[in-house]
Amino acid sequence: MDIPYTVEIRRDTGLTNGKIGIWLFLASEVMLFGALFASYILIRTGAASWPRGDTILNVPLATINTIVLITSSVTMVMAWASLKRGRFGTFRMYMGGTILLGAVFLVIKFFEYSHKFETGLFPSTNNFLAIYFTLTGLHGIHVMGGMAVNAYFWGPGAKQWKTNPEWFTNRVEHSGLFWHFVDLVWIFLFPTLYLL
Amino acid sequence: MSHPDAVASPGPSVAHEVHHEALGFWRRYVFSTDHKVIGIQYAITGLLFLLFGFTLMMLMRWQLAYPGSALPWLGKILGDTRMPGGTMLPEFYNELGAMHGTIMVFLGVVPLAVGGFGNFVVPLQIGAQDMAFPRLNMASYWFFFLGGVTMLASFLVPGGAAQSGWTSYAPLSVIAGTGQTMWLIGMIFLITSSLLGAINFITTIIQLRAKGLTFMRFPFFVWTQFVTAFLLLMAFPPLEAAAVMQLMDRLAGTSFFLPSGLVVSGQVLNHAGGGNPLLWQHLFWFLAHPEVYVLILPAMGIVAEIIANNTRKPLWGYRSMVYSLVFLGFMSFIVWAHHMFMTGMGTAMAAFFQTTTMIISIPSVVILTALIISLWGGSIRFNTPMLFALSFLPMFGIGGLTGLPLGLNVADIPLHDTYYVIAHFHYVVAPGTIFALFAGIYYWYPKATGRKMNETLGIIHWIGSLICMNVVFMPMFLVGLAGVSRRLYDGGAGYAFAQPVLHLNAVSSWGAWIMALFQIPFIFNFFWSIRKGEKTGQNPWQATTLEWAAPSPPPHGNFATAPEAYRGPYEYSVPGAAKDFSPQFEA
Repeated sequence: MDIPYTVEIRRDTGLTNGKIGIWLFLASEVMLFGALFASYILIRTGAASWPRGDTILNVPLATINTIVLITSSVTMVMAWASLKRGRFGTFRMYMGGTILLGAVFLVIKFFEYSHKFETGLFPSTNNFLAIYFTLTGLHGIHVMGGMAVNAYFWGPGAKQWKTNPEWFTNRVEHSGLFWHFVDLVWIFLFPTLYLL
Repeated sequence: MSHPDAVASPGPSVAHEVHHEALGFWRRYVFSTDHKVIGIQYAITGLLFLLFGFTLMMLMRWQLAYPGSALPWLGKILGDTRMPGGTMLPEFYNELGAMHGTIMVFLGVVPLAVGGFGNFVVPLQIGAQDMAFPRLNMASYWFFFLGGVTMLASFLVPGGAAQSGWTSYAPLSVIAGTGQTMWLIGMIFLITSSLLGAINFITTIIQLRAKGLTFMRFPFFVWTQFVTAFLLLMAFPPLEAAAVMQLMDRLAGTSFFLPSGLVVSGQVLNHAGGGNPLLWQHLFWFLAHPEVYVLILPAMGIVAEIIANNTRKPLWGYRSMVYSLVFLGFMSFIVWAHHMFMTGMGTAMAAFFQTTTMIISIPSVVILTALIISLWGGSIRFNTPMLFALSFLPMFGIGGLTGLPLGLNVADIPLHDTYYVIAHFHYVVAPGTIFALFAGIYYWYPKATGRKMNETLGIIHWIGSLICMNVVFMPMFLVGLAGVSRRLYDGGAGYAFAQPVLHLNAVSSWGAWIMALFQIPFIFNFFWSIRKGEKTGQNPWQATTLEWAAPSPPPHGNFATAPEAYRGPYEYSVPGAAKDFSPQFEA
């Protein structure tokens, strides 16, 4: 039994099932991070004192990480565009690059975290660090999730390119939409936590 | 998970059997991707949890009716940590209370209404072969199952299950025992399950509609599931965020919900402080108010289907019902703080939230009124589903109307922490939603099994439940108006002002216990009818919507040929037509 509109577009909606699915998922993600940002605002406005992010956190490292993630979004688009042009080899290269950049992001994040722990700064220290670790931790889990899906499409999932290239291209596009969202969350996190 | 054999019993379709031969037992019944099997898995799990949650409540009702007396033999079984000498400990009472609410809402009613009926009926009603993402659908059930197991397992950890109410208000919940951690982890599983389900429902309804089935030709039930899915999708993530923060508070020692200088048992708590307990309430009710509509909307959908079918006339005001429904869904996101008038939020905020609350009552009244007017001039068939559906109308009406004073700040403050609130929302959910769910089970049972449930047993179940529900909940209005708090472990026995209404506690309790007896005919009927019920064809109720175009039970893939919708959903008694129903699927 084949579910209709998995690959082909439904005429009256102009969409495939997967496209609607991923956008709905992103809508719920907006609510998830939106709730955390709202909590941040409520706790900060109610606090007697609140440190400036750059007095505690490492802004240069975070700036590098911002550049890393934005670059990975570019390679993600290139990976999808390569499939659209039928070039599987370049897709592999760009997708591999996206995964590597995600890993670079996590490694830098790891050094940031471990430096905090070494200097005795923990989530329990104060509410600034509590929200910092919660938001960046949750974001980090999203990065890992995105990397896992991308790694699947780079590796075992790529077999589908031979049997159903159109569907495979769509799935990479959906994975890309998620990756851009994760990138976008970081672009909000960076100024909110590190600069304000 | 057990599963009625009848789904696989020889149906009218030969292709059905041939197809099923290809799948082994595990893929067919346990890890199935067929929306009907998943729907039935959800429904049966949900029904079992409803029974379990009801049992917890029956135990509590003993303590409320006869505070401090030893419970005969059951007390011994539950052991010294819960009921030493058969007398219930306050901690155990709190456990029962918190878990009754959690289980009824998140593991009973929602899985049955959305997971069960939504999964089974929606694809059939829109003429689809299955859900848009069948494997995601299976994952959704198993996440729900894991959440349920986690919640049940929490009874076994030291200190027992969560004891901070189904709302888990901070800071009490943050300093509570291990059971609360299990509660939060269980909730994250349940939230994940709901999100996957919601994405699947919306996509399926938009994409997999049959040819000719425009949105305004949807059966009302499909509309209710559509709006419900949006509520689940957008309202649950903030609770997930809140659950993550409470887990951080409990496990990583953060202070999101702990204010500075919090004193517990005479000692200042050693924590950073600076958090806000009200933040939890806001995030919780941001979910939990839309959740109220998640509980009630599918019920309205079921009732609308059954009323149209059994009055043999179109629903009155279908369009205004749909518009009201969409408006209701939207408004449900901006009324949450009416649960929080007690926090002293100030008149400006209270004025906003009581205004939105008064506004949201309008679409509910429009839908209920349209359903009542639909009865006018119909030649009504009083079968079991219809009796349950008809009882829904006044019961939901009582629940809704008694809610109005609670929506107004000034009236809410004296009533909010009393039994009045318990009576109010139980009228909405218990004789309201649960009656609609019973109606739905009797109505769609022939579709799932090819046999009808027994009418006599059904009517005994209905009349007994209807009377008992009112015996349970009507006295609670009086107890509440007398000012008895709803959180007392002795039901108010320790207060002089409560003495004149105390005897009503026993009335409610006996109502609950007798109601349990009236569920026996239902349970018996449910299993007996799988093999012995009256055999039916594909359209036993002479109904008009698309699910009745499929064989009963429908095979994997549902329809022999893709159905097409030629007209609106409720064309009953069309003048000049040969019969009193003109199905959507007949040209």
